[in-house]
Amino acid sequence: MIARGKNASDLFPAVVKNVACKNIEVKKLVYVYLVRYAEEQQDLALLSISTFQRGLKDPNQLIRASALRVLSSIRVPIIVPIMMLAIKEAASDMSPYVRKTAAHAIPKLYSLDSDQKDQLIEVIEKLLADKTTLVAGSVVMAFEEVCPERIDLIHKNYRKLCNLLIDVEEWGQVVIINMLTRYARTQFLSPNQNAEAASLAKRKPYVMDPDHRLLLRNTKPLLQSRNAAVVMAVAQLYFHLAPKAEVGVIAKALVRLLRSHSEVQYVVLQNVATMSIKRRGMFEPYLKSFYIRSTDPTQIKILKLEVLTNLANETNISTILREFQTYIRSMDKDFVAATIQAIGRCATNIGKVRDTCLNGLVQLLSNRDELVVAESVVVIKKLLQMQPAQHSEIIKHMAKLTDNIQVPMARASILWLIGEYCEHVPKIAPDVLRKMAKSFTNEEDIVKLQVINLAAKLYLTNSKQSKLLTQYVLNLAKYDQNYDIRDRARFIRQLIVPTEKSGALNKYAKKLFLAQKPAPILESSFKDRDHFQLGSLSHLLNAKAVGYQELPDWPDEAPDPSVRNVEVPEWTKCTSREKRKEKVEKPFYSDSEGESGPTESADSGEGLGSTVGCQAEVPRVDEGHERGMLAWSTAGHRAVPTGLWPARALLTACVSPCPPVTPPPPQPVPTSNIVSTSLVTDLEGLTLTDTSLAPALLSPALGALRSYELLHRMTGEGLSVEYCFSRRPFPHDAHMVAVQMQICNNTDAEVKSLRISAPKPLSGTRIHEFPEIESLAPGDTASVVMGIDFCDSTQAANFQLCTHTRHFYVSIQPPVGELMAPVFMSENEFKKEQGE
Amino acid sequence: EKAVDVENVPPVIPTPHHYLISIYRDKIFFVSVIQTEVPPLFVIEFLHRVADTFQDYFGECSETAIKDNVVIVYELLEEMLDNGFPLATESNILKELIKPPTILRSVVNSITGSSNVGDTLPTGQLSNIPWRRAGVKYTNNEAYFDVIEEIDAIIDKSGKVIYELIFVSCILLPGCELALTLCPLFQNPRLLDDVSFHPCIRFKRWESERVLSFIPPDGNFRLISYRVSSQNLVAIPVYVKHMISFKENSSSGRFDVTIGPKQNMGKTVEGVVMTVHMPKAVLNMNLTSTQGTYTFDPVTKVLTWDVGKITPQKLPSLKGIVNLQSGAPKPEENPSLNIQFKIQQLAISGLKVNRLDMYGEKYKPFKGVKYITKAGKFQVRT
Repeated sequence: MIARGKNASDLFPAVVKNVACKNIEVKKLVYVYLVRYAEEQQDLALLSISTFQRGLKDPNQLIRASALRVLSSIRVPIIVPIMMLAIKEAASDMSPYVRKTAAHAIPKLYSLDSDQKDQLIEVIEKLLADKTTLVAGSVVMAFEEVCPERIDLIHKNYRKLCNLLIDVEEWGQVVIINMLTRYARTQFLSPNQNAEAASLAKRKPYVMDPDHRLLLRNTKPLLQSRNAAVVMAVAQLYFHLAPKAEVGVIAKALVRLLRSHSEVQYVVLQNVATMSIKRRGMFEPYLKSFYIRSTDPTQIKILKLEVLTNLANETNISTILREFQTYIRSMDKDFVAATIQAIGRCATNIGKVRDTCLNGLVQLLSNRDELVVAESVVVIKKLLQMQPAQHSEIIKHMAKLTDNIQVPMARASILWLIGEYCEHVPKIAPDVLRKMAKSFTNEEDIVKLQVINLAAKLYLTNSKQSKLLTQYVLNLAKYDQNYDIRDRARFIRQLIVPTEKSGALNKYAKKLFLAQKPAPILESSFKDRDHFQLGSLSHLLNAKAVGYQELPDWPDEAPDPSVRNVEVPEWTKCTSREKRKEKVEKPFYSDSEGESGPTESADSGEGLGSTVGCQAEVPRVDEGHERGMLAWSTAGHRAVPTGLWPARALLTACVSPCPPVTPPPPQPVPTSNIVSTSLVTDLEGLTLTDTSLAPALLSPALGALRSYELLHRMTGEGLSVEYCFSRRPFPHDAHMVAVQMQICNNTDAEVKSLRISAPKPLSGTRIHEFPEIESLAPGDTASVVMGIDFCDSTQAANFQLCTHTRHFYVSIQPPVGELMAPVFMSENEFKKEQGE
Repeated sequence: EKAVDVENVPPVIPTPHHYLISIYRDKIFFVSVIQTEVPPLFVIEFLHRVADTFQDYFGECSETAIKDNVVIVYELLEEMLDNGFPLATESNILKELIKPPTILRSVVNSITGSSNVGDTLPTGQLSNIPWRRAGVKYTNNEAYFDVIEEIDAIIDKSGKVIYELIFVSCILLPGCELALTLCPLFQNPRLLDDVSFHPCIRFKRWESERVLSFIPPDGNFRLISYRVSSQNLVAIPVYVKHMISFKENSSSGRFDVTIGPKQNMGKTVEGVVMTVHMPKAVLNMNLTSTQGTYTFDPVTKVLTWDVGKITPQKLPSLKGIVNLQSGAPKPEENPSLNIQFKIQQLAISGLKVNRLDMYGEKYKPFKGVKYITKAGKFQVRT
């Protein structure tokens, strides 16, 4: 029924009941129905929501994803907070597929309630940092929809996006490339500054930013994609960003698209037409690919013609003209008219062939088809204006045509020509006027105007013969129905016929009418289109479409490139022997462009299963996973993925016990009787020796503590909370990790009864709250310590931070390194433990 | 403004509030409504994928097929799009989600009450190689490699070739149980110009060694397509002699076309079909052919001549008289002849698959390579 366009909303309650149905097909159809009608029947739609909420907690990632998908598609404003919560949760889900769905849900929620923008941007920021190819495309899409102006969010992820690009699914590629084009325009200098300007400004010679180069290099292979949209996206990126010398590579790929469906051809040709104006050389080798077949649709023919005309130059003009000759005989008259226009343009642009073209066009004047003749007349008129003196013969010939041609535009053109050059054809001109005067009343308006023009000009040059005729024409025009014509007649009469009243203007009438007129310039209609981003809808329509993002101009000064540097957590800087060894084994992996990790691991025959599985279950240690993990962390990235390093360090630590790796404290160990700098702490949380030793030794490490943000002052309404892992044992419970919090009150008012409440512990996570702070004066900072038992997992601990007025949901996610405690033992003890 | 011809409907139509982007396939328009800026090719490409999927599911993409399977169409669209962003477009994933209808299955379904929607959730969607399903089984292990060369050409009045291009696409029919790496090594990869790959091909190895290595999707797929560089043009395998003329001031004209083979390395030219779009003024045609049959549709003015095989001993020809509308002016242009043909076991560009290796499996699968040369957009101007 929906398919037939009927309104099926009356059945709403009956249908929604089936949402809990077991049959998957029915369930899916109910989803379709629900998404379509929920907006109209908001109250009833709420009935179904609990089903989805249950689905969100399902252990199967696909069910979680589809529940989120449908939930976010239901456009009911009441459930916005539920959606927001669901998106936030899904954004930190283990499964990349669920995270992808979360990214999809963001624009949906945004369109439902744009007040959520700030919160959504936070989620986007988080998802942008994601390292999976699955998520990248979707989150960039969300970014473009919600906050395309927040270009600063891209900085940190720029290099990652460039490197992942080739593995992203094709639709995502298009979106990312378009976004990166805009980004690059704001962040890099133009590679095409001309040398003179540079030397004048005495700037140092242009050196391309390495990141700019990275983008160009990583997108190039995508020109070979089978998806036309991807090819076009890369082509526009090269056109807008690449140095002149390198743009040529895209021509080949674009020409290949011309073999595709006619709609694709249409769009590609539009873009080629624009490009060929600016960079003619690029397409010249492919000239013949734009030759027209009689079976092409007219719109394609006309576009190809446009391209051919743009490509014409002195060397290939003869071939092109020969080709045009074939086209002129086509059955498709619109196309013939366009061809004649094209010949005209070739003739104006290339002086050498002007005479040949003109002769060819004059021959067309004897064509039987009126449209063709009319079009030729118009074009000839334009051509003649350039060099009238030599062509009085042609003008005479055209004067004869007035008897036959009926198309008003052509008649008007001829009259104008005769009037303009009446000195070259002194005998014929009055005669033509006589004829026209006879038929004046039956002419079209545009012709009438030209008759008046002609009469006026003749009156001025040859008043003896034409005085009476002019009077007659002007009198006819005086009583014309069209006020333009009446107006013109009155104006001209005052101007040319001397009376006592007429003023000084009279003397200048001749100068006014017979002034030298500049020859018209025949231009392509695609001339100014390149200010739109190529490949965009706006470019195609030559008008700004809704939501079009202007392509920014190159900046004069390059913004600071260091913003793209991803900060590497301190402890990874201490390169262990292990790591160095690996670097030797896989040199310059970070520079690999074509294939990054995931493909590599897929090739190893295991498929992605292991990779994904590994990603989902970070803390587990086994050989097979480690392999996938290595592939992951080397996923063609310069900046080491932060989240993965601890796991990696952990793996190395556990798998190879001999060269011990110290994740947290980089300090050398003072005592010599200890063999290892620090020993592997078991993941299972077994503290191998008594913890009393630890604090004393650990204290020097405190300087390197890193603090994380728990609550930003914006979201916390002036209350900001930072936390760090103090790396001291928590006094109340040895299994807990001590978390030190710095609470700062940035508001003007006192914050009262600050406490932690209603912790929602995740399977076994325990939280030891800090004592309630009764009040915090404005500007004051308080420091408290709380304990969390993470159960040795990297799952975040979620809890609520309460003040007397508000509750804030916050979560702490521990890096693995923080879950370990250093332990001292002798070599023998170590061996003993190892043996267990 | 109304377009006269269906072909001439512009793909993008702006309206005051929306933009309509449409494609025309198999006599159906697929239209999408756009509100904001989006790359038009993005939409067009997606619509074509939708049409491809329907074709794949229902065998044909016609109005009746869509009407009959409206439920599946809904389910498919639901899976392919999420809030206007393409989700799953790979046919393998879709087939796992929603099984294509067959007669047998619809009978079984109506008896047992089960549905076309797969019970298992696809895992392919999660992977980085979405083109391959997990656990594909085949009874026999074989891989066929079809090299199809298409010749695009425009031949002018005097028989001179003014434009020629050979376009090659390699289609693979894998029937292998597990993911393999095939390395078809081309004898002369230098011939290749402007290659476009299926996403499964590893680009890096191609760049460095000119070897294609990939894990094949199951089912037919186009592995690569490329052009043969224009310096190495070869002789066109057929020639056409034509005499078409319309007499001034009379309502008839002459039509005489002969097709013959050029040197083809001993291979026969088969499946020759000629189609001609005659001028509007033509009423009907009285022709006799020495071989094959011809039809003339007086409404669309299309002449189709199905020649079949060409034997060099007896060249096929089509002769006769063209009747024009009385009083209509003589058509100025002679119609162009569009020709299709096929040559089996010949790669006209001289390209050869040198080796087809499979790695990653212990057993030896059966493999074969087939060459076909076809006419692509082959047009003779008269």
